[in-house]
Amino acid sequence: MSRLVVGPFNRVEGDLEVKLDVSGGWVRSAEVVSPLYRGFEQILQGKLPQDALVYAPRICGICSVSQSIAAARALAEAQGLGVAANGRLAIDLIHATENVADHLTHFYLFFMPDFAREAYAGESWHQAAASRFRALSGTAAEEVLPARAQWMHMMGILAGHWPHTLGIRPGGSTRAVTANEQARMAGIVGAFRRFLERTLFADALERVANLSTADDLASWREEKPALQGDFRHFLAISEALGLDRLGRAGSLFMSYGAYHAAAGHLFRRGLWKAGCPTSLDLSLITEDTENAWYAPAERPLPPTSGETVPGDGTGKGYTWCKAPRLAGEAVEVGAIARQLVNGHPLIRDLVGSGSGNVHARVVARVLEVALVVTAMESWIRDLRPGEAFCEHGATPADGEGTGLTEAARGSLGHWLKVRNGRIANYQIIAPTTWNFSPRDRNGNPGPLELALEGAPVLAGETEPLAVQHIVRSFDPCMVCTVH
Amino acid sequence: MKRPLNLLWLQSGGCGGCTLSLIGAEGPDLITSFATAGIEVLWHPSLSVETGRSVVAIMERVTSGEVPLDILCLEGAVMRGPNGTGRFHMMAGTGRPVMDWISDLAAVAGHVVAVGSCAAFGGITAAGANHVEACGLSYDGTEPGGLLGHGFLTKSGLPVINVAGCPIHPDWLTETLHQIAAGRFDESHVDEWERPVSYTNHLVHHGCSRNEFYEFKASAERLCDLGCMMENLGCKGTQARADCNIRPWNGSGSCIDGGYPCINCTSPSFEEPGHSFTATPKVSGIPVGLPTDMPKAWFVALAALSKAATPVRLKTNATADHVAVPPHDRQKRRP
Repeated sequence: MSRLVVGPFNRVEGDLEVKLDVSGGWVRSAEVVSPLYRGFEQILQGKLPQDALVYAPRICGICSVSQSIAAARALAEAQGLGVAANGRLAIDLIHATENVADHLTHFYLFFMPDFAREAYAGESWHQAAASRFRALSGTAAEEVLPARAQWMHMMGILAGHWPHTLGIRPGGSTRAVTANEQARMAGIVGAFRRFLERTLFADALERVANLSTADDLASWREEKPALQGDFRHFLAISEALGLDRLGRAGSLFMSYGAYHAAAGHLFRRGLWKAGCPTSLDLSLITEDTENAWYAPAERPLPPTSGETVPGDGTGKGYTWCKAPRLAGEAVEVGAIARQLVNGHPLIRDLVGSGSGNVHARVVARVLEVALVVTAMESWIRDLRPGEAFCEHGATPADGEGTGLTEAARGSLGHWLKVRNGRIANYQIIAPTTWNFSPRDRNGNPGPLELALEGAPVLAGETEPLAVQHIVRSFDPCMVCTVH
Repeated sequence: MKRPLNLLWLQSGGCGGCTLSLIGAEGPDLITSFATAGIEVLWHPSLSVETGRSVVAIMERVTSGEVPLDILCLEGAVMRGPNGTGRFHMMAGTGRPVMDWISDLAAVAGHVVAVGSCAAFGGITAAGANHVEACGLSYDGTEPGGLLGHGFLTKSGLPVINVAGCPIHPDWLTETLHQIAAGRFDESHVDEWERPVSYTNHLVHHGCSRNEFYEFKASAERLCDLGCMMENLGCKGTQARADCNIRPWNGSGSCIDGGYPCINCTSPSFEEPGHSFTATPKVSGIPVGLPTDMPKAWFVALAALSKAATPVRLKTNATADHVAVPPHDRQKRRP
């Protein structure tokens, strides 16, 4: 058995180190290390509750809006405040803009460049992948960065700027859009649809959204040459490398539900367990600090009474990430979980009753781009300029609230407690905290730790390629993880 | 032909938001911007292909002097805790605190650029009791020092260039890098906090779309209202140094256009204003934080005058979330 330490791990958001025990050409066990602690939960202690809306988004520059929404929801619950109908739509649009940008950034800038690596030079598909996706110099980035920047003009209109907008409030959004701005946004989404349909899919969004089985997806791929559309390009590489056999984790998936403008969620809340839908009981969530560098706790604590007391980063433990568990079980979150819970037939077919894998995670994310952009078109139409975008209320001196939402990479929750007009406790469980959690006190690994077991390690590899694909398939956000 | 300038980018105790803002650069996009400036990215954690040992090898070749480092960019605060050990942020794969890597790299860098308010002053990461001992490269809040110490100069003879902001506007950095690459960035291009004057010679107030409300002291009362946010909602636009309302964000926006107050995020210690970010502290009804260089008595007198003269249109619209009373040409009767 030999030990391999992989880090600094790049093209993920934030800091990551992975420790692998390797023998016989594959990973026997893995420890996932988050080596940065900033302490937002402590920063928020004693602050005025409404100022959480300044601090919390700054947990993360890649999903700051998701953090804002979770904070705003927690405050709204503490206030007993409703959200203006326009505000719901505006928040969904802001959130969807961020989430779609995240998926796009992940696919083009973080995930695909690995297929341009020299290590794949012997593969028949390598030359095309390298010229298209090479980091910093591939032709894809040249097209994607300007398209992404144009897409983010949605933020200029709806939210002033991105990241770190202050405009998402408990009762709605601070920017009442006008009729001409509604028209401009329709134009921005329309232009982005054209980019997606030409560059990413080489097909209509609706056709992609309606693919319903693995066979459907395979025949869709074969309709056109392999390099027509970057998604098709990915599917060809994925098949050549067998990415569907790589990075298998557990079979329990969770979604808090995403996008709230219409009645219910666009993507519903719940669990998907070994191929069956079940309901989600939030009271079963706890965080275990047994293998993290925090003050020891007698038992795993629910976030409503969670504690964050950092140790000095030595001794027992191997990460600053806590281990969230649902009824004691590790849970995978992300686009794949959202689509399994919501019942998208393609993703349910790709996963079946088994576990997620690199292929299915990427397909779910790209599919979600098609689903969400289509939904955004209708949300823009539903806006009613001239009517209110925000309800107003006062934070009570004492109260509690939970704010749940879905960041691009999975379920995000904030648990707020207010006493004497100040924040008495603030606990955050981010998507990557779920996915990249360490072992709990029963020795159960987190989803990534499990997904890395069995990954092939070729002779002489110091940063095994399989490990890189697996890690990045989760689209990790390490700054959120330990916050 | 001139050799390209080598740039190395590290992240420490921040959120990655400055990088994410930066990749939204337009006219030109970021990669084109680097190319046209003649900047070669040795490594950037979000954009580069190198991972693990090859990254450590790059850093070692730089610190040993084998590869020249022209520009070191740090994003995020320096993490000195706990108790000065730096163990709150270890450089993955090296078993060494990131703050030590930063010191070593800064010592050999031609220019050091602090990207964002965290790297410049500590920023949000230094908020609260700052148990994590976060600081900037050459400031700890408003105190000179930081990681590199008071008086630190890079090989170029310049101090750390503080491209402050939370987050930065992409142009603030790309323009600074272009000036550096052209050999035209010197002491005259930074202000008293070593921030590029290209954007801090402006106040956020300049070009603010709510200026007419400001002129007549027609104030917003709640977030979402169209009026001036200085009197009630904590807006620091008349004191904050940045060109946010001259240079749009994401095509057309700014904080104030988004309907929320300026929180002065380019300034050291903005993270602890001593009051709610969205409320204006007042003494006997008069805001404490008045425009930087205006005598208080004059401000009070002029405000009283202009309030008395506020047109109905502005008075009404100031507390509405959309234009309730539009301007009207008096020569033309309404139908």
